[in-house]
Amino acid sequence: MTTAPPAWPSVEELAARIPDGAMVALPPDNSLPSVALAKALIRRGARGLRLLGVPVSGFATDLLIGAGCVAELQTSAISLGEAGFAPRFTAALKEGRIRVQDATCPAIHTMLQAAEKGVPFMPLRGLIGSDILANRPDWRVIDNPFAESGDPIVLLPALSPDFCLFHAVMADREGNVWLGRRRECATLAHASREALVTVERFFDGNLLEDERTAPGTISATYIGGVALAGRGAQPVALLDEYGFDAGYVAAYARAAKTQEGFDNWLAVELGGSEKAA
Amino acid sequence: MIQPEERLAAALAALILDPAAPPARHIAVGAASPIPAAACWLVKKQGHPVRLSLLHKRHGNPFTEGSRELFDLTGQGRIDLFFLGGGQIDGQANINLIGTGDWPGQGTRFPGSFGSAFMYFMTPRTILFREEHSPRVLVPQVDNISAPGVSAPGVFRRGTAQALVTGKSLFRFDPATARFTLASAHPGEDAASIRAATGFDYDEPAQVAVTPDPTPEQLALLRGPVCDEMLETYPEFCARVFARKAAA
Repeated sequence: MTTAPPAWPSVEELAARIPDGAMVALPPDNSLPSVALAKALIRRGARGLRLLGVPVSGFATDLLIGAGCVAELQTSAISLGEAGFAPRFTAALKEGRIRVQDATCPAIHTMLQAAEKGVPFMPLRGLIGSDILANRPDWRVIDNPFAESGDPIVLLPALSPDFCLFHAVMADREGNVWLGRRRECATLAHASREALVTVERFFDGNLLEDERTAPGTISATYIGGVALAGRGAQPVALLDEYGFDAGYVAAYARAAKTQEGFDNWLAVELGGSEKAA
Repeated sequence: MIQPEERLAAALAALILDPAAPPARHIAVGAASPIPAAACWLVKKQGHPVRLSLLHKRHGNPFTEGSRELFDLTGQGRIDLFFLGGGQIDGQANINLIGTGDWPGQGTRFPGSFGSAFMYFMTPRTILFREEHSPRVLVPQVDNISAPGVSAPGVFRRGTAQALVTGKSLFRFDPATARFTLASAHPGEDAASIRAATGFDYDEPAQVAVTPDPTPEQLALLRGPVCDEMLETYPEFCARVFARKAAA
């Protein structure tokens, strides 16, 4: 039995903290996205968001783009997995409605790790000769100063998103958040100015006091706010709690082929609440 | 009746075990088709000691540091072999996962590069795999380079493509000349049909071999223990290729 949970803000209240134009980092469909917060951003009519896929993007990103919330996307890939390409992303790119910055997965991780360490940049192997690098004036190639002879290597600037959003299994009264082994969300929380988290349930205890839960816990130090959202990752899977709803995503992919189909899907999905104008 | 997917898995398994290639002690399989995963399981079920990190398996996730751990392992040289595909692949083994037309894929946009711009450099070998074998996929020159097939001298690189396997044939890649050579054609194909379906130029032996069938032992492994391992992650594939349904 649990005692009464703390007075957490609602999902809507968390979403209201994210101003238009903010850089918002989202994990992909295999790593605990908060679809609940994405929908709350749509309900509040967010505009001009600069999304970061960590390191790739999925369902929640396509939703936000379709609803007109997004001005920019930096990611290493975007897809709906088995359901194919992300239809609203593709349309927005074609119509020039979003600016896309392509990256490669370890580059996103590395930029966040630099921010986590508080250093201005970190090097990464690979990339040289890729058109990704050619289209990233913010990435530099230097000669490895520790090498005996020429050794070009890419430097990536530290990246601190304004917010990161993810959905975890549980949080305790202190605001510590448990998400198991998906530790890229920990790096993301460390690197972001504020982590806003939805959880399945309240944990009545201290997650950092138990050696078995502590390694999968993100300290409240990094957490800006927690809201309760049952099945808040759905249709995406949440660890061993629930699986990926392939039928739901496939139905979305069919509907979202056109903007009209997307708008109709969204109107039903948001349950009659006022749709983003 | 041998399924084409079973032949492809056996062909990939033979490449994995190629004694001339760097050893494959730890193989990672990412956002590729299930056929490379089947090939890896086949190698393992044949008794070869190989560690498999299957990134799309819901259970048995080998990483405790999140998805960056794969790249950290690879950066250190601890991943020996990776599979990559491409919306376009050209004759120099450049791959394009970005899209056609102007950057960033103003023609047909593909999903994006994933980790290819790092993995292709940092693994001692890569097997390129793409089932569609057509002039629109196998092009003279990719429109956008996600990851280059070869690198200039002095650029740190552990390996290149070992081979390109498609639904029609198997090509070997020579990084010194940056060219493919047709190694075998799958049953039903020949030198002329491969040439017609391939948009890039490549070398070709006087006599083109036929890609061998899996052995009866390999087929038994694929349809039994390999399928058992894959059923959770790839239920549709297992139903279609091995005629096996996951328990409800």
